[in-house]
Amino acid sequence: MKGIRLRILKDRAFKFAIYLLSLLSLTPLFLIMFYTFRKGLKAINLQFLTHLPKPVGVEGGGISNAIVGTFLLVTIASAISIPVGVWAGIYLSENKRSWISEFLRITVDILQAIPSIVIGIIAYLWVVKPMGRFSALSGGIALAIMMLPIVVRNTEEVLRLIPPYLKEASLALGVPYHRTIIKVIIPAGIPGIVSGILLGISRIAGETAPLLFTAFGNQFMNWNIMKPVNALPLLIFNYAMSPYDEWKRLAWGASVVLILLVLAGNIISRMVAKKWKVQF
Amino acid sequence: MKGKRAFKLSLIIAVLIVAIIFFAAAISLTLGSLPALKEFGWKFFFSKEWDPVSDRFGALPFLVGTLLTSFLALIISLPLSLSISILLGEYMKNGRFSSTVKSLVDLIAAVPSVIYGFWGLEVLVPFVRNLEIKFGIVPYGVGIFTASLILSFMIIPNTASLAREVIELVPGDLKEAAYSLGATRYEVIKKVTLPYARSGILAGILLSLGRALGETMAVTMVIGNNNNIPKNLFYPANTMASVIANEFTEATGDIYYSSLIAIGFALFLVTALFGILGRYIINKTTIKIAK
Repeated sequence: MKGIRLRILKDRAFKFAIYLLSLLSLTPLFLIMFYTFRKGLKAINLQFLTHLPKPVGVEGGGISNAIVGTFLLVTIASAISIPVGVWAGIYLSENKRSWISEFLRITVDILQAIPSIVIGIIAYLWVVKPMGRFSALSGGIALAIMMLPIVVRNTEEVLRLIPPYLKEASLALGVPYHRTIIKVIIPAGIPGIVSGILLGISRIAGETAPLLFTAFGNQFMNWNIMKPVNALPLLIFNYAMSPYDEWKRLAWGASVVLILLVLAGNIISRMVAKKWKVQF
Repeated sequence: MKGKRAFKLSLIIAVLIVAIIFFAAAISLTLGSLPALKEFGWKFFFSKEWDPVSDRFGALPFLVGTLLTSFLALIISLPLSLSISILLGEYMKNGRFSSTVKSLVDLIAAVPSVIYGFWGLEVLVPFVRNLEIKFGIVPYGVGIFTASLILSFMIIPNTASLAREVIELVPGDLKEAAYSLGATRYEVIKKVTLPYARSGILAGILLSLGRALGETMAVTMVIGNNNNIPKNLFYPANTMASVIANEFTEATGDIYYSSLIAIGFALFLVTALFGILGRYIINKTTIKIAK
């Protein structure tokens, strides 16, 4: 057994390298989280959450308009992508092998791969250009295009896991096909569907690029979906690139709010999937 | 029976909407980029002139910027993401520590890219600037290298999670056979696990690359926005995505505007190709392993 020591040494060195490199790849995450929370937590108070941004040179101010804007955008995106996405997902799981399904899967994959900035261009061409102005509606549509593939894929995957005998039992009792889907299949899969929707929402809530030339940003409070709105990621981007310390302070605060929002979406999504998991 | 028909119709309508969104997007981008492509022809992608004042546009600087940042990021991130996937797929298959690491990797993917950009701008750019001063390079701070660093970190989860899945799927008896022949763990990983998981790792790399090519905000904030071909890796540049983010709202004139859409169209085609290729490899691999 020549070289057995060397081989064992190599083995140990490799293991050490794997652990070290893994630690190294997680380090930036800790650095970013630590830095963001240290900078941002100081900025957050009640005024921060309920007031509008102040002009340059004036202390204080908040991000209420961005919170409202993100809420509006996410609502519009959900209103479009949830019904279409869930229904298309049901189609895919019901017609697994048809050529339409194969084709649709490719389409959904491509939609998911499109860079967010290109989706911004698409929404600009479809909504902003014909309307002649930036609007919350166009931003919501851009985000809907991003969220749609997530919802479709997730719904399909969840419904596939439901055993066929559930459906057969319902059909055997004489329940019509569409009522079987609505009353048996969807309720059985609802935790997974909801968890996918929440995942989609937390994904789009942090998107900036599709909003740059659709929702555009707005210094004021706006509830009108036909007008430009601010959003948390947009506010972070605009204020981060500004030279003013006061605005950067707002941006750090908004970063913390956004991270917490995204985290909450992820965690709740997992809890829903775990808690309500239907066992068969 | 009427209800059943209506229900099936509603399913078809949903499918149609998805398909229409896809085709309409492709058509809109094509139509939008036609004026620029008509004006400049194929030279559009090989000309390095980007001059809004005299209405001459060429996308070469941005192609170069995108390729440099993406591949540099991939090279930096590959050892890191592979280590994580080997750690989770071989050394620590389950247990609390393993699930913590998994959640942390998921968290890397969940953090919005604008926050990476902000952190990069505030922390990484000064850091790189100091390094550049030490090594006697022109201290821009911003540039291709900084953008690649941020990107390399952001794309870790894409490769890591896919590679981990395929590494976990490597059949135990294959590994055990190698062990019984006296192989060390390192030799098993090198000679059995990694070769077996090759195609899955490749798919992960393709998806990472697709992500890196299209990533916008983090890159835009730290790359320095220079519309010339970068002289070296520490030089400010622009990528296809970042030039669109910077100039789309300011674009005056049809040709300028259409040139930016053409860059977006090219980005769309490339990422679509990578997406399909990656998915194809994944499907093939899972079928092979399932057999």
